[in-house]
Amino acid sequence: MQESSPNKSRPRLATVWLGGCSGCHMSFLDLDEAIIDLLQEVDLVYGPLVDTKEYPEQVDICLVEGAVTNLDNLKLIRQIRRSTRLVLSFGDCALTGNVTSMRNRIPVEDLLTAVYHEASSPIGAEAVEAVPALLPRVLPVHQVVRVDAVLPGCPPDVDRIAATLSALLDGQTVKLEPRMRTFG
Amino acid sequence: MSQTIHIEPVTRIEGHAKITIALDNDGHVADTRFQVTEFRGFERFCIGRNFWEMPGITARICGICPVSHLMASSKAGDMILGVRTPRAAIALRKLMNYAQLVQSHALSFFLLSGPDLVLGMDANPEQRNMAGLIAKHPDLARAGIRLRAFGQQVIRTLGDRSIHPAWAVPGGVRQSLSTEQREDIRKQLPEMFETVERGLDLIKDVQERMGSEKSIYGDFPSLYMGLVGPDGSLEHYDGHLRIMDADGRILEDDVGPLDAMSLITEGEKPWTYLKFPYYQPLGPEAGMYRVGPLARLNICDFAGTPRADRELREFRHYGGHGRPVSGSFYYHHARLIEIMHALERIDELLQGAEIARQRTRSRADVNCNLGIGISEAPRGTLFHRYEVDDNGVLVDVNMIIATGQNNAAMNRCIGQIATHYLRDDRLDEGLLNRVEHGIRMYDPCLSCSTHEAGRMPLQISLYAADGRKLDEISRG
Repeated sequence: MQESSPNKSRPRLATVWLGGCSGCHMSFLDLDEAIIDLLQEVDLVYGPLVDTKEYPEQVDICLVEGAVTNLDNLKLIRQIRRSTRLVLSFGDCALTGNVTSMRNRIPVEDLLTAVYHEASSPIGAEAVEAVPALLPRVLPVHQVVRVDAVLPGCPPDVDRIAATLSALLDGQTVKLEPRMRTFG
Repeated sequence: MSQTIHIEPVTRIEGHAKITIALDNDGHVADTRFQVTEFRGFERFCIGRNFWEMPGITARICGICPVSHLMASSKAGDMILGVRTPRAAIALRKLMNYAQLVQSHALSFFLLSGPDLVLGMDANPEQRNMAGLIAKHPDLARAGIRLRAFGQQVIRTLGDRSIHPAWAVPGGVRQSLSTEQREDIRKQLPEMFETVERGLDLIKDVQERMGSEKSIYGDFPSLYMGLVGPDGSLEHYDGHLRIMDADGRILEDDVGPLDAMSLITEGEKPWTYLKFPYYQPLGPEAGMYRVGPLARLNICDFAGTPRADRELREFRHYGGHGRPVSGSFYYHHARLIEIMHALERIDELLQGAEIARQRTRSRADVNCNLGIGISEAPRGTLFHRYEVDDNGVLVDVNMIIATGQNNAAMNRCIGQIATHYLRDDRLDEGLLNRVEHGIRMYDPCLSCSTHEAGRMPLQISLYAADGRKLDEISRG
């Protein structure tokens, strides 16, 4: 395995965690030892598992977990779209908003004042500077940017992830069997 | 002139956050802030739903430790039903809880912190990750992956899926284990014990190599909190709450669920979505406490299983003079001892008679309007408190999550690291990673901690006293 200079011919894979629970990333890790093989085939260039701080240019495949919930998410997903060939909605939150969007029926201000009882926490001028503002409504990824493929499930199980990645890495269209297209 | 430093995002941790370091006029560290940048709002949007749904919904707070929420939520549900949960269900829940402890701790130690510990804090950031570890130490990486996989597989065997299994319910669990499944799990234990022994050798080497440097990684007095069994043993599912001070004196003991949450006040700050719980009688400063592996090993009288007890006796020496172990760096070591303990308990449970009993669920309707479930998540004590109406519809929800309880300690820890390593008002890669490692030691789970929050990349920015940004560090 090459461990030094990145080989340009290797596909560049990114994984991103927006508003979600990281369950999709955990399911990705459930590839277990197959991850060792995967990492010999691709360069993992961005994501919670590596130290890259800025989303890089020329990414081939990006798995996007979670819905778009705040201004940081919004900025990042737009940048991902500009720099990535294939963007995947990875799991139900990215696809539909799912549990993350359960807050949508409640105005943001009410949500914050209900959870932070002293209401001194991220509300007001200092908060606006310090933490990214919440969007009024949580949005699934395809409502913000174009998405090339979707992978449903809460989280998608490891078979779906393996099938999807192997199709994409072979340059094939992702065609999941009906049993792999369920939500939840 | 003073200045502020930001680290954003913090990587190889389980959530979204940034770090800000402010300097005073002399260029010394004046303030450090660990800021969690995401919010989800479970405590509010669950109101109006039914408590029966809560294990399934709250598991989605966190994909790393969904089982912890499943446990706390089901236990709160048990109290609302007011039934006696069958002994088989308790044994099975414990089994799943230990399996989760194994997978989560294995992920933290081998795959997230392992690259720092094995490749070095100053290793090339492009290699200092799981892929780099696999390239340099394939056997160790594979062993760590298999240990995590074992935990996930036990969860899957019990609940049909490794993440968000809809398995524990108010009153018990949905299904039991067959004799064959029990045997199949037991057969894998020898390899797992071998891996944890290897991890223990590794962390002891690292600790020796680091010498006095490890005390810079957050060594300070604090209170410690967690569950202990009725006999004072290490406990992760039930038992009662105990709080110990920095000298090892027990401040609270035998605290049951109904009283436990009144001991804690949740402080708030305008610059983070993560709250700051503290021990109420002592206030926000002196009441700072830590939870998780280090705290649990400090507060228990003994582990209660032979191999873990042997390791625990050795571990206690790090405290010195019979005092609790105060160095945050020892979280890693404590985590491995807990994996050892969990494997021993898994073996015991699988051989025990209770797990083979057929009745796994008690059925009832709403009999109490208050339910409190407390359980030890991998990162520390987890509280779910539900108030319901007579139909079981939630009217109030409060959750206190492990990582939040370590919030003040994590802030203190990065302050200590930054103060020591910051030179010439400049940020460098070594400082960045050391500060991040200060966070990683606590294995914070920010999806949980802000239940409320999500992921946790991190950034460091350096700010002058007049508010000017002097430097910002990012990799890529």
